[in-house]
Amino acid sequence: MAEDAVLSVRNLTVDYLTESGAVRAVDAVDLELHAGGFLGIVGESGSGKSTLLFAIAQLLNPPAEIVSGEVHFNGRDLVTLGESQLRHLRWREFSVVMQSAMNALNPVRSLGAQMRDACEEHGKISAQEIRKRSSEVLRMVGIDPVHLRSYPHQLSGGMRQRAMIAMALLFEPQLVIMDEPTSSLDVVAQRSLMIQIKRLQERLGFAVVFVTHDMSLVGGVGDELAVMYGGKIVELGPTQRIFSKPLHPYTAGLLEAFPSIQAVRRRLTGIPGSPPDLRLRIAGCRFADRCPDAGNECTRVDPPEEQIDGRLVRCIRVAERASRAG
Amino acid sequence: MRFVARRIGFFLITLWAALTFNFFLPRLMPGNPALAMLSRFESRGHLGPQSLHTLEIMFGLTHQQSLWQQYWAYLGNCATGNFGISYTFFPDSVGREIAQALPWTIGLVGVTTVVTFIFGTIIGLVSAWFRGGKMDSIFPPLFVILSGFPYFWFALLAILLFGVTLNWLPISGGYDTTLVPGFNGTFIASVLQHSILPAITIVLTSLGGWALTMRNNTITVVAEDYVRMARAKGIRQWKIMWHYAGRNAIMPNLTGFGIALGFVVSGAVLVEYVFNYPGLGWMLLDAVSNEDYPLMQALFLLITVAVLVAVLAVDILTVFLDPRTRDGS
Repeated sequence: MAEDAVLSVRNLTVDYLTESGAVRAVDAVDLELHAGGFLGIVGESGSGKSTLLFAIAQLLNPPAEIVSGEVHFNGRDLVTLGESQLRHLRWREFSVVMQSAMNALNPVRSLGAQMRDACEEHGKISAQEIRKRSSEVLRMVGIDPVHLRSYPHQLSGGMRQRAMIAMALLFEPQLVIMDEPTSSLDVVAQRSLMIQIKRLQERLGFAVVFVTHDMSLVGGVGDELAVMYGGKIVELGPTQRIFSKPLHPYTAGLLEAFPSIQAVRRRLTGIPGSPPDLRLRIAGCRFADRCPDAGNECTRVDPPEEQIDGRLVRCIRVAERASRAG
Repeated sequence: MRFVARRIGFFLITLWAALTFNFFLPRLMPGNPALAMLSRFESRGHLGPQSLHTLEIMFGLTHQQSLWQQYWAYLGNCATGNFGISYTFFPDSVGREIAQALPWTIGLVGVTTVVTFIFGTIIGLVSAWFRGGKMDSIFPPLFVILSGFPYFWFALLAILLFGVTLNWLPISGGYDTTLVPGFNGTFIASVLQHSILPAITIVLTSLGGWALTMRNNTITVVAEDYVRMARAKGIRQWKIMWHYAGRNAIMPNLTGFGIALGFVVSGAVLVEYVFNYPGLGWMLLDAVSNEDYPLMQALFLLITVAVLVAVLAVDILTVFLDPRTRDGS
């Protein structure tokens, strides 16, 4: 574990315990995030990215369960902590921003009341201080503090998302975990929210884990990028390097699935097929049946993690690809 | 506030419509009360036209008022609470009779309705919160089974056990008839003692409905993102349960509660019949079996008005509990 790591995930495995057997949604994931860093996690629906994120935040609901692994946050293993010990860390030291702010904000309480709930739980501060701090964080994300008295349904989609981010910053946490915070917004609002998140991060110095299915979002802002497929991380490394030269065929497929504004016009290809059925134990590479490059050995050998070109890639033909792209 | 004003306006219109129906419906029927009574006597022997005339005078049918004049007079009477003379309790007025029975019903059925709603809601909420736990596997099934029993059978069983076999509690009436009613300790104690069996049987047989619906609502709400978000914020369990899960889960049940409150004044006919309780349900049964039209009409009107008032009250309460209903136009 690196010296300045704020978050270090080791061998994290999550199963959904269903009646037809356990479904392994997250399979032996290793991640590391240094203080103030930005880690993007991308993958399509069903890749296990949201499950991984909630497993890190210790917010899994049954039937999902952490089967093994460690989540070290500031040197403490969150998996072994009880809910009462976790409660003191929550929001003060790591906070969460969820996918759809309409559903993640309590519809019957005002914004101010929901901020007050969090404040009251974590410190004996006066009502006046709470109001002052709540107004402060709202102003930080560009919302007029009069909206402390507003209810979630009275705000626009973009405002709700920003209000959620403001709420996550009430205590200046070291880590903010974000689950597709922009997915319910239009592209223009997405862009400005991403810029705002990046700016706040630079100013306040918190680390971010950012989950999304849209690779183009993290291209400009992320330091590190993890690409998830079928519960495993298939490629992990510096964002810029992955964007300029994807080494895993799945990453390459994802990059081809969205248009670029600057590049020449081209046909978008996407990735044919759908994610693997995680109930089945797959012998070889999980991506093999969708992979344009797959050979015979791919369906037999589970690809080990290989260190190449400053990143980790799970593909047995990675050396071949690297030299070809080279 | 505009919302509340609109709801009150709507209430007044509905109330007027109910009063009007209550007036016109009986008058649209062929014949009149005098003819109806005459035909009943007819089976015992012939009555002459003078008898019909006497009856018509008795019922006030000879005044020759137009329908509109009658209607205005009726609306005025409704406003002043003058519902005529009861046939059953002649010569007492209907208003007086109802005023006597009303406190008994509100005391018994009203209190048990509120208590049932509160306990049912708490049981449903806590059961769903600790889903699959001890409480969840005992209480909801138990109360659902209890509410499946026919009420009269359950009540008779309770009477047999606690009233007859064990002789712990009185089984009939609202108070000990050897006492003089008054505001004193002995009388109040007697009233309370008489209300125990009917109250407990009502609560036990109707708890299941509230508990089950609240449990279902809560299970849906617990899966919502804002509950997970509350956990992420580190808010303590009981606070999430009340302010985040409970506050949202109770909303669909409020309307049902309002209607239940409105029907309190119809009395629990079965309960009051089984326990000989001097409330409105008993009175309604009396009125029907004695063809006491003024009393019946007044009771039905009372039930209608009570349901309307209760629904209005719940609507206004909803506005305070759910901000989303406030500025919807």
